[in-house]
Amino acid sequence: MRVPGLLLAALLALGASGDARKSGIDFMSPSLQAMQRDDAQNPGQLWVREGQALMARVAANGQRCIDCHAGAALDGVAARYPRLDGRRAITLAGRIDQCRERRLGLAPQGSDGDEVLALSAWLAQRSRGTPIAPDPRLADLRQRGAQLWRQRFGQLNLACTQCHDERAGQRLGGAPIPQAHATGYPIYRLEWQTLGSLERRLRGCLTGVRAEPFAPGAEEWLALEAYLMGRAAGLAHEGVAVRP
Amino acid sequence: MTVRTLIVVPPAIRRGDVFNVRATIGHPMETGHRSDGAGGVVPRDILRRFECRLDGNTVFRATLYPAIAANPIMAFTLRAERSGNLTFTWEGDRGFRHSETVALNVGA
Amino acid sequence: MARRIEVRRRALLAGAAVFVLPAARAAEPELAEAIRAWAGGATPREGRVTFDIAPLVDNGNAVPITVRVQSPMSAADHVTEIVVFNERNPQRDVLRVQLGPWNGRAELATRIRLSTSQQLVALARLSDGSVWQQRVEVLVTLAACIEGA
Repeated sequence: MRVPGLLLAALLALGASGDARKSGIDFMSPSLQAMQRDDAQNPGQLWVREGQALMARVAANGQRCIDCHAGAALDGVAARYPRLDGRRAITLAGRIDQCRERRLGLAPQGSDGDEVLALSAWLAQRSRGTPIAPDPRLADLRQRGAQLWRQRFGQLNLACTQCHDERAGQRLGGAPIPQAHATGYPIYRLEWQTLGSLERRLRGCLTGVRAEPFAPGAEEWLALEAYLMGRAAGLAHEGVAVRP
Repeated sequence: MTVRTLIVVPPAIRRGDVFNVRATIGHPMETGHRSDGAGGVVPRDILRRFECRLDGNTVFRATLYPAIAANPIMAFTLRAERSGNLTFTWEGDRGFRHSETVALNVGA
Repeated sequence: MARRIEVRRRALLAGAAVFVLPAARAAEPELAEAIRAWAGGATPREGRVTFDIAPLVDNGNAVPITVRVQSPMSAADHVTEIVVFNERNPQRDVLRVQLGPWNGRAELATRIRLSTSQQLVALARLSDGSVWQQRVEVLVTLAACIEGA
Protein backbone atom coordinates (compact mmCIF):
# COMPACT_ATOMS: atom_id res chain seq x y z
CA MET A 1 0.00 0.00 0.00
CA ARG A 2 1.40 3.36 -0.99
CA VAL A 3 1.52 5.64 2.04
CA PRO A 4 1.01 9.33 1.23
CA GLY A 5 4.29 11.26 1.63
CA LEU A 6 3.00 13.71 4.22
CA LEU A 7 1.56 10.96 6.39
CA LEU A 8 4.73 8.90 6.07
CA ALA A 9 6.85 11.84 7.16
CA ALA A 10 4.57 12.47 10.12
CA LEU A 11 4.61 8.83 11.20
CA LEU A 12 8.40 8.72 10.94
CA ALA A 13 8.64 11.87 13.03
CA LEU A 14 6.35 10.29 15.59
CA GLY A 15 8.55 7.25 15.88
CA ALA A 16 11.96 8.89 15.65
CA SER A 17 12.25 11.97 17.87
CA GLY A 18 9.35 11.30 20.26
CA ASP A 19 6.39 13.34 19.11
CA ALA A 20 6.03 16.57 21.07
CA ARG A 21 2.47 16.95 19.84
CA LYS A 22 -0.27 16.41 22.41
CA SER A 23 -4.02 16.26 21.96
CA GLY A 24 -6.19 18.70 23.88
CA ILE A 25 -7.26 15.78 26.07
CA ASP A 26 -3.83 15.81 27.70
CA PHE A 27 -4.49 19.34 29.01
CA MET A 28 -7.75 18.38 30.72
CA SER A 29 -8.46 17.25 34.27
CA PRO A 30 -8.86 13.49 34.95
CA SER A 31 -12.63 13.82 35.37
CA LEU A 32 -13.01 15.59 32.04
CA GLN A 33 -10.81 12.98 30.36
CA ALA A 34 -13.09 10.32 31.81
CA MET A 35 -16.13 12.20 30.48
CA GLN A 36 -14.67 11.98 26.98
CA ARG A 37 -13.39 8.42 27.09
CA ASP A 38 -16.46 6.80 28.66
CA ASP A 39 -19.16 6.51 26.00
CA ALA A 40 -21.76 6.27 28.78
CA GLN A 41 -20.71 9.73 30.04
CA ASN A 42 -19.74 11.55 26.84
CA PRO A 43 -22.59 13.96 25.95
CA GLY A 44 -21.44 13.79 22.30
CA GLN A 45 -22.81 10.25 22.18
CA LEU A 46 -26.31 11.75 22.07
CA TRP A 47 -25.43 13.04 18.60
CA VAL A 48 -23.58 9.86 17.57
CA ARG A 49 -26.75 7.85 18.17
CA GLU A 50 -28.80 10.35 16.22
CA GLY A 51 -26.32 10.22 13.35
CA GLN A 52 -26.59 6.45 13.23
CA ALA A 53 -30.38 6.72 13.01
CA LEU A 54 -30.12 9.35 10.27
CA MET A 55 -28.00 7.03 8.13
CA ALA A 56 -31.00 4.71 7.86
CA ARG A 57 -33.66 7.45 7.64
CA VAL A 58 -35.75 7.43 4.48
CA ALA A 59 -35.75 10.90 2.91
CA ALA A 60 -38.73 12.36 1.06
CA ASN A 61 -37.28 11.13 -2.25
CA GLY A 62 -37.15 7.57 -0.93
CA GLN A 63 -33.35 7.48 -0.58
CA ARG A 64 -31.28 6.59 2.49
CA CYS A 65 -27.59 7.27 3.23
CA ILE A 66 -26.99 3.56 3.67
CA ASP A 67 -28.22 2.88 0.12
CA CYS A 68 -24.76 4.11 -1.00
CA HIS A 69 -22.75 3.85 2.22
CA ALA A 70 -23.41 0.40 3.63
CA GLY A 71 -21.54 -1.50 6.30
CA ALA A 72 -18.05 -0.33 7.25
CA ALA A 73 -17.55 1.69 4.06
CA LEU A 74 -17.23 5.00 5.92
CA ASP A 75 -14.89 3.84 8.70
CA GLY A 76 -11.93 6.19 9.13
CA VAL A 77 -13.25 8.75 6.65
CA ALA A 78 -13.19 11.66 9.12
CA ALA A 79 -9.40 11.35 9.34
CA ARG A 80 -9.02 12.02 5.62
CA TYR A 81 -10.82 15.36 5.31
CA PRO A 82 -10.62 18.05 4.02
CA ARG A 83 -9.94 16.57 0.60
CA LEU A 84 -10.04 17.53 -3.05
CA ASP A 85 -13.49 17.19 -4.59
CA GLY A 86 -13.18 17.84 -8.32
CA ARG A 87 -11.27 21.12 -8.47
CA ARG A 88 -12.02 22.47 -4.99
CA ALA A 89 -11.28 21.30 -1.49
CA ILE A 90 -14.20 20.27 0.68
CA THR A 91 -14.57 19.61 4.41
CA LEU A 92 -16.37 16.58 5.80
CA ALA A 93 -19.29 18.76 6.88
CA GLY A 94 -19.39 20.24 3.39
CA ARG A 95 -19.40 16.75 1.89
CA ILE A 96 -22.22 15.64 4.18
CA ASP A 97 -24.29 18.65 3.13
CA GLN A 98 -23.48 18.02 -0.53
CA CYS A 99 -24.63 14.40 -0.26
CA ARG A 100 -27.79 15.37 1.63
CA GLU A 101 -28.63 17.90 -1.06
CA ARG A 102 -27.77 15.92 -4.20
CA ARG A 103 -28.78 12.39 -3.13
CA LEU A 104 -31.56 12.98 -0.60
CA GLY A 105 -32.94 16.28 -1.90
CA LEU A 106 -32.54 17.97 1.51
CA ALA A 107 -31.69 21.64 2.07
CA PRO A 108 -28.05 22.25 3.12
CA GLN A 109 -27.57 23.19 6.79
CA GLY A 110 -23.94 24.25 7.18
CA SER A 111 -21.39 22.66 9.49
CA ASP A 112 -23.45 23.29 12.64
CA GLY A 113 -26.85 22.24 11.34
CA ASP A 114 -28.61 19.60 13.41
CA GLU A 115 -28.35 16.75 10.91
CA VAL A 116 -24.86 17.67 9.75
CA LEU A 117 -23.60 17.68 13.34
CA ALA A 118 -25.22 14.34 14.10
CA LEU A 119 -23.80 12.73 10.97
CA SER A 120 -20.39 14.34 11.59
CA ALA A 121 -20.47 12.90 15.12
CA TRP A 122 -21.31 9.44 13.86
CA LEU A 123 -18.51 9.59 11.29
CA ALA A 124 -16.09 10.82 13.97
CA GLN A 125 -17.07 7.83 16.10
CA ARG A 126 -16.33 5.51 13.15
CA SER A 127 -12.93 7.16 12.76
CA ARG A 128 -11.83 6.89 16.37
CA GLY A 129 -8.23 5.66 16.48
CA THR A 130 -7.57 6.28 12.78
CA PRO A 131 -4.40 8.35 12.15
CA ILE A 132 -5.11 11.75 10.61
CA ALA A 133 -4.15 11.43 6.92
CA PRO A 134 -4.21 14.77 5.06
CA ASP A 135 -4.86 14.85 1.32
CA PRO A 136 -1.42 15.41 -0.31
CA ARG A 137 -3.04 17.37 -3.13
CA LEU A 138 -3.98 20.25 -0.80
CA ALA A 139 -0.45 21.55 -0.17
CA ASP A 140 -1.23 25.04 -1.54
CA LEU A 141 -4.35 25.35 0.61
CA ARG A 142 -2.43 24.22 3.69
CA GLN A 143 0.22 26.83 2.89
CA ARG A 144 -2.49 29.52 2.83
CA GLY A 145 -3.72 28.19 6.17
CA ALA A 146 -0.20 28.33 7.60
CA GLN A 147 -0.03 32.02 6.65
CA LEU A 148 -3.32 32.69 8.45
CA TRP A 149 -2.06 30.74 11.47
CA ARG A 150 0.85 33.17 11.76
CA GLN A 151 -1.11 36.33 10.97
CA ARG A 152 -2.13 38.73 13.76
CA PHE A 153 -5.87 39.34 14.12
CA GLY A 154 -8.21 41.57 16.04
CA GLN A 155 -7.97 44.32 18.61
CA LEU A 156 -5.82 42.03 20.74
CA ASN A 157 -3.53 41.68 17.71
CA LEU A 158 -2.72 38.04 18.35
CA ALA A 159 -1.79 35.26 15.95
CA CYS A 160 -2.89 31.66 16.60
CA THR A 161 0.73 30.54 16.71
CA GLN A 162 1.54 32.86 19.61
CA CYS A 163 -0.75 30.94 21.98
CA HIS A 164 -0.95 27.47 20.50
CA ASP A 165 2.66 26.98 19.38
CA GLU A 166 4.75 29.34 21.50
CA ARG A 167 2.74 29.20 24.74
CA ALA A 168 0.98 25.85 24.70
CA GLY A 169 1.07 24.34 28.18
CA GLN A 170 1.24 27.76 29.84
CA ARG A 171 -1.86 29.19 31.51
CA LEU A 172 -4.25 31.90 30.39
CA GLY A 173 -6.74 33.00 33.02
CA GLY A 174 -6.08 29.90 35.12
CA ALA A 175 -6.66 27.37 32.33
CA PRO A 176 -3.91 25.60 30.33
CA ILE A 177 -3.45 26.61 26.68
CA PRO A 178 -3.72 23.52 24.46
CA GLN A 179 -1.70 22.92 21.29
CA ALA A 180 -4.92 23.12 19.23
CA HIS A 181 -4.81 19.89 17.23
CA ALA A 182 -8.16 19.34 15.54
CA THR A 183 -8.33 15.61 16.29
CA GLY A 184 -11.72 15.39 18.01
CA TYR A 185 -14.26 17.30 15.97
CA PRO A 186 -17.15 17.79 16.24
CA ILE A 187 -16.51 18.52 19.94
CA TYR A 188 -18.87 18.75 22.90
CA ARG A 189 -17.63 22.03 24.31
CA LEU A 190 -18.64 22.79 27.90
CA GLU A 191 -18.52 26.50 27.10
CA TRP A 192 -21.24 25.96 24.44
CA GLN A 193 -23.00 23.21 26.37
CA THR A 194 -23.58 21.54 23.03
CA LEU A 195 -21.79 19.93 20.07
CA GLY A 196 -20.04 22.15 17.54
CA SER A 197 -17.78 22.16 14.50
CA LEU A 198 -14.20 23.27 14.00
CA GLU A 199 -15.49 26.30 12.12
CA ARG A 200 -17.56 27.30 15.16
CA ARG A 201 -14.48 26.95 17.36
CA LEU A 202 -12.36 29.04 15.01
CA ARG A 203 -15.07 31.69 14.94
CA GLY A 204 -14.94 31.73 18.75
CA CYS A 205 -11.16 32.19 18.68
CA LEU A 206 -11.46 35.15 16.30
CA THR A 207 -14.16 36.71 18.50
CA GLY A 208 -11.91 36.04 21.47
CA VAL A 209 -9.15 38.23 20.04
CA ARG A 210 -11.81 40.82 19.10
CA ALA A 211 -11.55 40.22 15.37
CA GLU A 212 -14.34 40.21 12.82
CA PRO A 213 -14.75 36.52 11.83
CA PHE A 214 -14.32 35.66 8.14
CA ALA A 215 -17.51 35.75 6.04
CA PRO A 216 -19.62 32.56 5.79
CA GLY A 217 -18.17 30.33 3.08
CA ALA A 218 -14.90 32.29 2.97
CA GLU A 219 -11.87 30.33 1.82
CA GLU A 220 -10.04 31.22 5.05
CA TRP A 221 -12.11 28.68 7.00
CA LEU A 222 -11.16 25.94 4.55
CA ALA A 223 -7.49 26.94 4.51
CA LEU A 224 -7.26 26.93 8.31
CA GLU A 225 -9.02 23.57 8.60
CA ALA A 226 -6.71 22.08 5.97
CA TYR A 227 -3.67 23.52 7.75
CA LEU A 228 -4.77 22.24 11.17
CA MET A 229 -5.44 18.74 9.90
CA GLY A 230 -2.05 18.75 8.18
CA ARG A 231 -0.45 19.92 11.43
CA ALA A 232 -2.09 16.99 13.19
CA ALA A 233 -1.04 14.40 10.57
CA GLY A 234 -0.41 11.02 12.15
CA LEU A 235 -2.20 11.80 15.42
CA ALA A 236 -5.13 9.50 16.14
CA HIS A 237 -8.65 10.78 15.61
CA GLU A 238 -10.32 10.86 19.02
CA GLY A 239 -13.90 10.41 17.95
CA VAL A 240 -16.22 13.01 19.48
CA ALA A 241 -14.10 14.91 22.01
CA VAL A 242 -15.13 16.83 25.12
CA ARG A 243 -13.46 20.18 25.68
CA PRO A 244 -13.80 22.94 28.32
CA MET B 1 -36.37 18.55 16.80
CA THR B 2 -35.83 14.94 17.85
CA VAL B 3 -35.24 14.32 21.54
CA ARG B 4 -31.88 12.65 21.97
CA THR B 5 -31.42 10.18 24.81
CA LEU B 6 -28.75 7.74 25.86
CA ILE B 7 -29.71 5.02 28.34
CA VAL B 8 -27.15 2.52 29.58
CA VAL B 9 -28.09 -0.60 31.57
CA PRO B 10 -26.06 -3.82 31.71
CA PRO B 11 -27.08 -6.26 28.94
CA ALA B 12 -27.35 -9.17 31.40
CA ILE B 13 -28.08 -8.82 35.12
CA ARG B 14 -27.89 -11.46 37.85
CA ARG B 15 -30.93 -11.68 40.09
CA GLY B 16 -30.46 -9.67 43.28
CA ASP B 17 -27.25 -7.95 42.12
CA VAL B 18 -26.97 -4.18 42.38
CA PHE B 19 -26.37 -2.69 38.93
CA ASN B 20 -25.71 0.77 37.45
CA VAL B 21 -28.20 2.76 35.41
CA ARG B 22 -27.25 5.86 33.42
CA ALA B 23 -29.73 8.06 31.60
CA THR B 24 -28.76 11.13 29.56
CA ILE B 25 -31.12 13.40 27.64
CA GLY B 26 -30.37 16.26 25.27
CA HIS B 27 -31.81 19.46 26.75
CA PRO B 28 -30.34 22.97 27.06
CA MET B 29 -31.39 23.38 30.72
CA GLU B 30 -31.64 27.13 30.08
CA THR B 31 -31.31 28.67 33.53
CA GLY B 32 -33.25 31.86 32.98
CA HIS B 33 -30.26 33.90 34.20
CA ARG B 34 -28.22 34.05 31.01
CA SER B 35 -27.97 37.39 29.22
CA ASP B 36 -29.44 37.44 25.71
CA GLY B 37 -26.90 40.06 24.62
CA ALA B 38 -29.64 42.68 24.16
CA GLY B 39 -30.22 43.75 27.76
CA GLY B 40 -32.62 40.95 28.67
CA VAL B 41 -32.35 37.33 29.75
CA VAL B 42 -32.95 34.12 27.83
CA PRO B 43 -36.15 32.71 29.38
CA ARG B 44 -35.93 29.68 31.66
CA ASP B 45 -36.42 26.33 29.97
CA ILE B 46 -35.38 23.40 32.12
CA LEU B 47 -36.32 19.83 32.89
CA ARG B 48 -37.92 19.70 36.32
CA ARG B 49 -38.68 16.03 36.93
CA PHE B 50 -37.03 12.74 36.09
CA GLU B 51 -38.56 9.41 37.04
CA CYS B 52 -37.65 5.79 36.49
CA ARG B 53 -40.24 3.01 36.86
CA LEU B 54 -39.69 -0.74 36.87
CA ASP B 55 -42.85 -2.46 35.61
CA GLY B 56 -44.86 0.54 36.73
CA ASN B 57 -43.28 0.95 40.19
CA THR B 58 -41.24 4.10 40.82
CA VAL B 59 -37.63 3.17 41.61
CA PHE B 60 -35.98 6.58 41.24
CA ARG B 61 -37.37 10.08 41.27
CA ALA B 62 -35.48 13.36 40.93
CA THR B 63 -36.42 17.03 40.98
CA LEU B 64 -34.03 19.05 38.83
CA TYR B 65 -33.17 22.75 39.18
CA PRO B 66 -31.31 25.21 36.91
CA ALA B 67 -28.06 24.20 38.63
CA ILE B 68 -28.15 20.88 36.77
CA ALA B 69 -25.89 21.04 33.70
CA ALA B 70 -27.20 20.99 30.13
CA ASN B 71 -27.84 17.59 28.54
CA PRO B 72 -28.39 16.19 32.02
CA ILE B 73 -27.11 12.78 33.01
CA MET B 74 -28.52 10.90 36.00
CA ALA B 75 -26.71 7.81 37.25
CA PHE B 76 -28.04 5.61 40.04
CA THR B 77 -28.28 1.95 41.07
CA LEU B 78 -31.03 -0.67 41.12
CA ARG B 79 -31.58 -4.22 42.23
CA ALA B 80 -33.97 -6.50 40.32
CA GLU B 81 -35.39 -9.93 41.03
CA ARG B 82 -36.73 -10.68 37.55
CA SER B 83 -36.72 -9.34 34.01
CA GLY B 84 -38.98 -6.43 33.26
CA ASN B 85 -39.38 -3.05 31.59
CA LEU B 86 -37.58 0.05 32.80
CA THR B 87 -39.37 3.26 31.79
CA PHE B 88 -37.67 6.66 31.97
CA THR B 89 -39.74 9.83 31.94
CA TRP B 90 -38.55 13.43 31.79
CA GLU B 91 -40.87 16.43 32.29
CA GLY B 92 -40.14 20.12 32.22
CA ASP B 93 -40.95 23.68 31.21
CA ARG B 94 -43.07 24.45 28.15
CA GLY B 95 -44.97 21.20 28.54
CA PHE B 96 -41.91 19.08 27.79
CA ARG B 97 -42.46 15.39 28.32
CA HIS B 98 -40.50 12.43 26.99
CA SER B 99 -40.63 8.77 27.87
CA GLU B 100 -38.49 5.83 26.89
CA THR B 101 -38.54 2.16 27.87
CA VAL B 102 -35.72 -0.39 27.85
CA ALA B 103 -35.88 -4.09 28.65
CA LEU B 104 -34.12 -5.44 31.72
CA ASN B 105 -32.64 -8.87 31.16
CA VAL B 106 -32.42 -10.53 34.58
CA GLY B 107 -31.36 -14.14 35.01
CA ALA B 108 -29.93 -16.53 37.56
CA MET C 1 -15.83 49.46 29.35
CA ALA C 2 -19.35 48.09 29.78
CA ARG C 3 -18.56 45.27 27.38
CA ARG C 4 -15.52 44.17 29.40
CA ILE C 5 -17.57 44.03 32.60
CA GLU C 6 -20.29 42.15 30.75
CA VAL C 7 -17.76 39.60 29.52
CA ARG C 8 -16.28 39.17 32.98
CA ARG C 9 -19.70 38.69 34.54
CA ARG C 10 -20.67 36.24 31.88
CA ALA C 11 -17.39 34.49 32.45
CA LEU C 12 -18.37 34.00 36.08
CA LEU C 13 -21.65 32.47 35.01
CA ALA C 14 -20.21 30.44 32.18
CA GLY C 15 -16.74 29.01 32.53
CA ALA C 16 -14.71 27.97 35.52
CA ALA C 17 -12.15 25.57 36.91
CA VAL C 18 -12.93 24.18 40.36
CA PHE C 19 -10.80 23.41 43.40
CA VAL C 20 -12.25 21.62 46.44
CA LEU C 21 -11.38 22.27 50.08
CA PRO C 22 -13.13 20.84 53.16
CA ALA C 23 -15.74 23.31 54.47
CA ALA C 24 -14.61 25.14 57.59
CA ARG C 25 -16.69 28.31 57.82
CA ALA C 26 -20.41 28.70 58.46
CA ALA C 27 -22.64 28.87 55.38
CA GLU C 28 -24.42 32.01 54.36
CA PRO C 29 -27.86 32.47 56.00
CA GLU C 30 -29.89 31.65 52.86
CA LEU C 31 -28.20 28.29 52.52
CA ALA C 32 -28.67 27.58 56.22
CA GLU C 33 -32.37 28.45 55.85
CA ALA C 34 -32.82 26.17 52.83
CA ILE C 35 -31.26 23.30 54.79
CA ARG C 36 -33.43 24.03 57.82
CA ALA C 37 -36.61 24.15 55.72
CA TRP C 38 -35.85 20.80 54.10
CA ALA C 39 -34.58 19.05 57.24
CA GLY C 40 -37.71 19.95 59.20
CA GLY C 41 -37.15 19.38 62.90
CA ALA C 42 -34.08 17.18 62.46
CA THR C 43 -30.62 18.62 63.02
CA PRO C 44 -28.21 17.49 60.30
CA ARG C 45 -25.26 15.46 61.60
CA GLU C 46 -21.88 15.27 59.89
CA GLY C 47 -21.05 11.86 58.48
CA ARG C 48 -22.32 8.91 56.42
CA VAL C 49 -22.52 11.13 53.35
CA THR C 50 -19.65 11.25 50.86
CA PHE C 51 -19.85 14.18 48.48
CA ASP C 52 -17.38 13.70 45.61
CA ILE C 53 -16.47 16.61 43.40
CA ALA C 54 -13.38 16.37 41.20
CA PRO C 55 -10.63 18.44 42.87
CA LEU C 56 -9.84 20.26 39.63
CA VAL C 57 -12.52 20.76 37.00
CA ASP C 58 -11.99 22.69 33.80
CA ASN C 59 -15.33 24.42 33.48
CA GLY C 60 -18.14 25.42 35.87
CA ASN C 61 -20.73 24.61 33.21
CA ALA C 62 -20.61 20.86 33.82
CA VAL C 63 -19.07 19.72 37.11
CA PRO C 64 -19.40 15.97 37.76
CA ILE C 65 -20.57 15.10 41.29
CA THR C 66 -21.24 11.82 43.06
CA VAL C 67 -23.10 11.52 46.37
CA ARG C 68 -22.92 8.23 48.32
CA VAL C 69 -24.54 7.45 51.66
CA GLN C 70 -23.53 4.57 53.92
CA SER C 71 -26.69 2.49 54.33
CA PRO C 72 -27.74 -1.17 54.08
CA MET C 73 -30.72 -0.02 51.97
CA SER C 74 -32.90 -2.63 53.62
CA ALA C 75 -36.63 -2.28 54.21
CA ALA C 76 -35.95 -1.42 57.85
CA ASP C 77 -32.95 0.89 57.30
CA HIS C 78 -32.52 2.88 54.12
CA VAL C 79 -32.05 6.34 52.63
CA THR C 80 -35.29 7.99 51.55
CA GLU C 81 -33.95 11.23 50.10
CA ILE C 82 -30.69 12.84 48.98
CA VAL C 83 -30.56 16.58 48.31
CA VAL C 84 -27.85 19.01 47.25
CA PHE C 85 -27.85 22.72 48.07
CA ASN C 86 -25.47 25.48 47.02
CA GLU C 87 -24.50 28.78 48.52
CA ARG C 88 -23.98 31.29 45.73
CA ASN C 89 -25.73 30.21 42.54
CA PRO C 90 -28.86 32.31 41.82
CA GLN C 91 -30.97 29.65 43.62
CA ARG C 92 -30.09 27.34 46.54
CA ASP C 93 -31.49 24.06 45.19
CA VAL C 94 -29.41 21.83 42.94
CA LEU C 95 -31.14 18.45 43.06
CA ARG C 96 -33.57 16.41 45.15
CA VAL C 97 -33.70 12.65 44.75
CA GLN C 98 -36.01 10.04 46.28
CA LEU C 99 -34.72 6.53 46.90
CA GLY C 100 -35.80 3.26 48.50
CA PRO C 101 -34.56 -0.24 49.33
CA TRP C 102 -35.00 -1.22 45.65
CA ASN C 103 -31.96 0.91 44.78
CA GLY C 104 -29.56 -1.47 46.50
CA ARG C 105 -27.14 1.40 47.20
CA ALA C 106 -27.71 5.03 48.12
CA GLU C 107 -25.71 6.54 45.32
CA LEU C 108 -26.22 9.07 42.57
CA ALA C 109 -24.06 10.90 40.04
CA THR C 110 -24.79 13.84 37.78
CA ARG C 111 -23.25 17.06 36.46
CA ILE C 112 -24.00 20.47 37.97
CA ARG C 113 -23.30 24.12 37.28
CA LEU C 114 -21.26 26.37 39.56
CA SER C 115 -21.30 30.11 39.07
CA THR C 116 -18.56 31.05 41.54
CA SER C 117 -16.53 29.96 44.57
CA GLN C 118 -18.94 28.67 47.23
CA GLN C 119 -19.96 26.02 49.69
CA LEU C 120 -22.04 23.01 48.61
CA VAL C 121 -23.94 20.66 50.92
CA ALA C 122 -25.22 17.14 50.28
CA LEU C 123 -27.79 15.88 52.77
CA ALA C 124 -29.47 12.52 53.25
CA ARG C 125 -32.65 11.66 55.14
CA LEU C 126 -32.85 8.12 56.50
CA SER C 127 -35.91 5.96 57.09
CA ASP C 128 -35.52 6.55 60.85
CA GLY C 129 -35.91 10.28 60.26
CA SER C 130 -32.28 11.19 60.96
CA VAL C 131 -30.52 13.62 58.66
CA TRP C 132 -26.82 13.46 57.69
CA GLN C 133 -24.67 15.82 55.66
CA GLN C 134 -21.32 16.59 54.12
CA ARG C 135 -20.25 20.10 53.17
CA VAL C 136 -17.54 20.98 50.67
CA GLU C 137 -15.89 24.29 49.87
CA VAL C 138 -15.36 24.83 46.16
CA LEU C 139 -12.93 27.29 44.57
CA VAL C 140 -13.83 28.51 41.10
CA THR C 141 -11.48 30.27 38.68
CA LEU C 142 -12.07 31.78 35.28
CA ALA C 143 -11.78 29.93 31.98
CA ALA C 144 -9.27 31.20 29.44
CA CYS C 145 -11.17 32.16 26.30
CA ILE C 146 -14.70 33.39 26.85
CA GLU C 147 -16.84 33.90 23.76
CA GLY C 148 -19.23 36.78 23.45
CA ALA C 149 -22.95 36.21 24.01
